[in-house]
Amino acid sequence: MIGKGIVIEGLKKRYGSGETAVDALKEVNMQVAPGEVVGLIGPSGSGKSTLLKCLGAVIEPTAGRMKLGDEIIYDNGWKVKDLRALRRDRIGFIFQAPYLIPFLDVTDNVALLPMLAGKPNAESRKQAVELFKALDVEHRAKAMPSQLSGGEQQRVAIARGLVNRPPVILADEPTAPLDSERALAVIRILNDMAHRFETAIIVVTHDEKIIPTFKRIYHIRDGVTQEESGEGKDFQ
Amino acid sequence: MISLAGRDIMHAWGKFVLTGLGLGLLIGVTLSMAGIYRGMVDDARALLDNSGADLWVVQKDTLGPYAEPSSLYDDLWRSIRGMPGVARAANVTYLTMQVRQGEWDVRAMVTGITAGEPGTPGWPPYLVAGRQITRGHYEAVADIATGFRLGDQFQIRRNHYTVVGLTRRMVSSNGDPMIFIPLKDASEAQFLKDNDAIHQQRRRTVETPAFNRPGIPDLLDEVIASQSTNPYVNAVLVQIKSGYVASDVADSIRRWQRLQVYDRIQMEQILVGKLIATSAKQIGMFLVILSVVSAAIVAFIIYTLTLGKIREIAVLKLIGTKNRTIAGMILQQAIALGLIGFVVGKITATLWAPIFPKYVLLEPLDSVRGFVAVVIICVLSSFIAIRAALKVDPAEAIGG
Repeated sequence: MIGKGIVIEGLKKRYGSGETAVDALKEVNMQVAPGEVVGLIGPSGSGKSTLLKCLGAVIEPTAGRMKLGDEIIYDNGWKVKDLRALRRDRIGFIFQAPYLIPFLDVTDNVALLPMLAGKPNAESRKQAVELFKALDVEHRAKAMPSQLSGGEQQRVAIARGLVNRPPVILADEPTAPLDSERALAVIRILNDMAHRFETAIIVVTHDEKIIPTFKRIYHIRDGVTQEESGEGKDFQ
Repeated sequence: MISLAGRDIMHAWGKFVLTGLGLGLLIGVTLSMAGIYRGMVDDARALLDNSGADLWVVQKDTLGPYAEPSSLYDDLWRSIRGMPGVARAANVTYLTMQVRQGEWDVRAMVTGITAGEPGTPGWPPYLVAGRQITRGHYEAVADIATGFRLGDQFQIRRNHYTVVGLTRRMVSSNGDPMIFIPLKDASEAQFLKDNDAIHQQRRRTVETPAFNRPGIPDLLDEVIASQSTNPYVNAVLVQIKSGYVASDVADSIRRWQRLQVYDRIQMEQILVGKLIATSAKQIGMFLVILSVVSAAIVAFIIYTLTLGKIREIAVLKLIGTKNRTIAGMILQQAIALGLIGFVVGKITATLWAPIFPKYVLLEPLDSVRGFVAVVIICVLSSFIAIRAALKVDPAEAIGG
């Protein structure tokens, strides 16, 4: 099901309480439309990871509002009972390293998500293979992760993030371990996929190589986000 | 849904199989320990079965003849034979000793049996080669576990014996193979002193004025003669007539002969409950320790395997894998390890059981119990790893 992007309003996250309390997120406002790829950049300790964990429903914000597609998922408290299912079905994750499951082949690494959602194995695998075609790793479908190159592994990881057709994908430094050429290739793929599947993609990065490629960028500093227009450079 | 545990095992099957082999050897030792205990019980039962007796008449207030020494006069059997319900009564002696067999000493229970025919209490009930003892002296029937062959000669005390028959599975409650020789020879072997001791005793007797009286010339000879004869046996084995109840006949012998009488059940209780009780406890302790060690090994292995997958588990949790799927994966791996271990253990225990010097009886029911115990141990052992896996924060998959 294709959603309508993600909207975040006044999101806050405080760790601890009393004198030792730390406000990791003070005021986060974001809006990412379906088919859009935005950059989230900021220095270390600015709150990027905390924001990503809040958006990924891994930790609970302290206050604010999050809307995923048409549904409010957080409004000063979770509005969704099953966060695990929310992460599985409606949020895609792409990590800094591919983190593929080493004991599953490429197809099952990707097909695992729809399988976890209860889809039959054959259908799940078919879904995975369709994505492989789009990501040009179809020929590696039966390979084990250890047999893939770094770029191939990252494309498989992107396929895993996309396979359940989530309305939003959170990409955490997806180009960090890649050289310029491959990093730009990954961004190109993400843009392609965002358009093709009407998915909102938030790319957390401080990779100077790819920052100019975003049309919109959210800067986060001391837990506060600020929207900026990006260069939106043609990276073809 | 695919089997995550199965895929993980297949991915690292070498490590898994080697670990299973190691665990299997430990399980093999555990099964063998149980088999050793079963073998001891079976040896005790075989001893009772092979004696052909319904009742054991022994010295009063003793647990003889197997658990304690017992001494009876050798003519008692006649009065027992005459009692109502007694079909057959025969003297028997038992002496466990080292017997030279070729280059080696073999520990054997030398059994003195009365002259008679097959079926006489105390006689070996069947032979696998040769014949039964037909002469009153210097013939022997040996269990094949002694290593003797037909025609072999061996020495007990001063006498030499020829093996005329071979039997099988005739063992003492300690599992020592039995050697049957004529009762007179066995009594001599047990009670007769060596030449020097006899010479010393005669000298003492001659020098004792009470025995050496010139006025009674035959007294000294009679005393010396009585000292060199042996009127003792260890027990009288009794077979009862059909239609009689063993306990009634036993009561009758107790009352009229003032002797200790045990029936089959009582004798089995003495052997299993008293004679091998300490060994059984010892083996029980070993079993407990081995089980704990096995559990610790499985727990350690599964825990280590799980710790090696922390990042993958974090990713699985982040992408929405249920806790029970992750717990199931670890549990299945622990059980799979136990299954490999059990199969290896069962095979190794079966292969090395015949090599043990004593009888190792691997009962199918013990294997079933062992299998259940292995599964339970593996399940319990996996809990530590499951706990560690469930504590993994999915946020660990996200950097920073």
